[in-house]
Amino acid sequence: MPAVQETVEQVRAIDVDQYKYGFSTEIEMELAPKGLSEDIVRYISARKNEPAWMLEWRLDAYRRWLTMREPEWARVDYPQIDFQDMYYYAAPKSNAAPQSLDEIDPAILETYKKLGIPLREQEILAGVAPEKRIAVDAVFDSVSVVTTFKEELRKSGVIFCSISEALQEHPELVRQYIGSVVPTTDNFYATLNAAVFSDGSFVYIPPDVRCPMELSTYFRINEQKTGQFERTLIIADKGSYVSYLEGCTAPMRDENQLHAAVVELIAHDDAEIKYSTVQNWFPGDAEGKGGIYNFVTKRGDCRGARSKISWTQVETGSAITWKYPSCILRGDDSQGEFYSIAVSNGAQQVDSGTKMIHLGKNTRSRIISKGISAGRSQNTYRGLVSAHRRATNAKNFTNCDSLLIGNACGAHTVPYIESKTASAVFEHEATTSKVSEDQMFYCMQRGLTQEEAIALIVNGFVKDVLQQLPMEFMVEAQKLIAISLEGSVG
Amino acid sequence: MNAITPIRTPAEQALIGAFGALRDTGPAGAALEGLRIDGFSRFEASGLPHRRVEEWKYTDLRAMMREAKPLAGAPDASALLAAKVAVGRLPRVGGSRIVMVDGFHAPDLADGGSLPEGVTVSGLAEAMARRPDVAALLAGQPATRGNTAFALNNAFLTDGLLIEVAPGTEVGHALDLVSITSDGAPRLVTARVVVVVGAGASAGIVETHVGPAGVDYQKNVVMQVVVRDGATFEHGRRQIEGDQALHLSTLEATVGAEAHFDSLTLTTGAAVSRSQLFVRFAGEHSDVTLRGVTMLKGRQHADTALVTDHAVPNCQSRETFKHILDGEAHGVFQGKIIVQPIAQKTDGRMMSQTIMLAEGPSMDNKPELEIFADDVACAHGCTCGELDADLMFYLKARGIPHKEAEALLVEAFAREAIEDFGGGPLAVVEELREAMLASVTEWMRART
Repeated sequence: MPAVQETVEQVRAIDVDQYKYGFSTEIEMELAPKGLSEDIVRYISARKNEPAWMLEWRLDAYRRWLTMREPEWARVDYPQIDFQDMYYYAAPKSNAAPQSLDEIDPAILETYKKLGIPLREQEILAGVAPEKRIAVDAVFDSVSVVTTFKEELRKSGVIFCSISEALQEHPELVRQYIGSVVPTTDNFYATLNAAVFSDGSFVYIPPDVRCPMELSTYFRINEQKTGQFERTLIIADKGSYVSYLEGCTAPMRDENQLHAAVVELIAHDDAEIKYSTVQNWFPGDAEGKGGIYNFVTKRGDCRGARSKISWTQVETGSAITWKYPSCILRGDDSQGEFYSIAVSNGAQQVDSGTKMIHLGKNTRSRIISKGISAGRSQNTYRGLVSAHRRATNAKNFTNCDSLLIGNACGAHTVPYIESKTASAVFEHEATTSKVSEDQMFYCMQRGLTQEEAIALIVNGFVKDVLQQLPMEFMVEAQKLIAISLEGSVG
Repeated sequence: MNAITPIRTPAEQALIGAFGALRDTGPAGAALEGLRIDGFSRFEASGLPHRRVEEWKYTDLRAMMREAKPLAGAPDASALLAAKVAVGRLPRVGGSRIVMVDGFHAPDLADGGSLPEGVTVSGLAEAMARRPDVAALLAGQPATRGNTAFALNNAFLTDGLLIEVAPGTEVGHALDLVSITSDGAPRLVTARVVVVVGAGASAGIVETHVGPAGVDYQKNVVMQVVVRDGATFEHGRRQIEGDQALHLSTLEATVGAEAHFDSLTLTTGAAVSRSQLFVRFAGEHSDVTLRGVTMLKGRQHADTALVTDHAVPNCQSRETFKHILDGEAHGVFQGKIIVQPIAQKTDGRMMSQTIMLAEGPSMDNKPELEIFADDVACAHGCTCGELDADLMFYLKARGIPHKEAEALLVEAFAREAIEDFGGGPLAVVEELREAMLASVTEWMRART
């Protein structure tokens, strides 16, 4: 079929200039010495002025990490990472505890402005209706540079700050919850993160509080040869609700940079956490050179009865994605959700999915995953649904669809469905298809161009997931999908 | 990977010892020696598979096979006589009956008249010595070669059967192949059957695997099938081994152009069993249907692991597997459809469904798709749950007792996989379908 050949050629012709966040910021940085050792772990801990127990926790993780082996089971292929050839701590030099935005290096502010992230509360207040306000924690390389709307959130009892700050001001909360969902023993990258994590966001929603605004963290990797290791901890106490957004970008560089984050969510009785991600790390160029290795451990614990955790992700960036946001449905009647769109193009490799672990009675989960592969990319869905013997009446519905554009890419589905109780009802369906010629013909016959037609079909294909995104992100995500697929049509 | 010297389990040590002893006695079938050495070295390198080996994740053979039984030797006169009596009790499904006792061909036990015209049965070792092309048939596909059960079968192979259907032959009745393990001290049986269905021919085989109850014998069987261009092959399989048995079976099929291959497996026997199916399309415009019904109770464990490799364009595959679990049984289904980059216009569909009849059983499913071509339609589905309460209520409201209602629903569930089996010209298919449905009914009746 000639169209297919054309498609391939066009996909090959995709240039990296489509990645509009690929600029870098010239700024003086303070770097820890290159490489990883106990001294580096001590250095990071000292820089953050952490309590002694935290240092011990980190060192314990580091020693354990030394004994672990990199996981090899994922369908991704990359050269051996030299863990001694990168910086584990990079902070803008001028960032010595700024009291207000005016003290922050203007270059950083400019960076966030360019990225379209509002950091000035007044500006936001002036332009947007109050209910559309978003509190932002901006993380630049290894440190959080600013957190907005902190005061206002504090009035309702919500704690939203960087995790370093939380360690200073609420050490008891951090100590109680950190590592309780993703233990330091969990996996190679999570253990590495536990040893060297530098910053991230901390959220605590007190009982019966509905967080008055959307919270978000914006991660930016800027410095060369650095790894970003952030740790996010969100605790929703009884009867509370929070919606949290996460965005990420990085400059275009020839080298691969490692991003190994850990996200822990804890939902107590009747609490609900909605966690949305738009992941747009630099994916590398068309030849697969450069780009971020995104090796992330995200897990939510529905600890209380009737609690709910919902993951929504739009994945378009990263050279390699290795990430499985999961839900442990421990509380009776708890619910887990996972909505995902993973778009891969060029030489990207995605191995992503979820785990729904049903432990409590009457737990429910739903997985909707849409993978779109184009170019020479490989896109794998890997997911686990399991029901423990006590998880009576557990219910799961899984739908994972893949769409292939061009014949040089691959789409794979690796679901694990494990049931130990008869009353659990698990349903799983997966399909793989190509954008149908009939659909294309129908659209084009009505006057749409080929590109418009494919965008329409693809958007229809991912609609289920997009609907789950907060409004602000939905528009952005739709644009992202259009960008990632531009030129994919023959 | 660092070279790690694994600690050998007693079963592994016994298998290594058995190979050494076999080699020293200068076993029959010298022509098979290369295959034996290759199989053994593969096994020696990997050891018995365990849960860290992805393909064996849910069947930890290293833990389940505590010891390896001594290799079965050729049956003596009394064993043959006992086998004859036992086989005689099995109703014949199909035409001519071919019997293997402890993995050895027992021509004297053949039944149902002479072989149909165009069908020849010969000893594997003898055929291999005579014809160089047999070696290629035995070597196996790349996916099969890396499999430990297959490697072990090679390592202990002293003979087997080569069944050939001449091109263009239409065999009206399926061959009834009975593979029986003798009573007495438990042993490790290795059996191998190679079937070649010539171009344009149509034929069928019904395999039945039986053995004594209460004996923890071990059996490792391999059937390799080549369906040549334009041929039709229908394959039925009943695994009704003794309740203590360990049963490993591998079915490898290579399907030529415009060919049809249909396979139906019924599993009710053995304490631990694993049925592996490796199907590879070698020619375009062919279709393959794989089906299975597994019924387990007590603490039985049964694993179905299949790989369908679409290596050429324009082929269709269908996989339908049903599990009915009772007691504390453990069912496993691992299916994988691979679509190679050139295999455009592939149509693949895989379905695994489970009904649990008690609170105790567990089921692990892994229906996998691996797709490298864009113009394809592939789907897989998987469901798992108990009998539909509404349907049960409906039947009971009409005065049908609980147990009967259950049986009715389970039969209907199993029937979906069984009823459209075949479709080729074989007269025997109807008989086999009925036999299998009867087994389902019988199994439900025997539930306590």
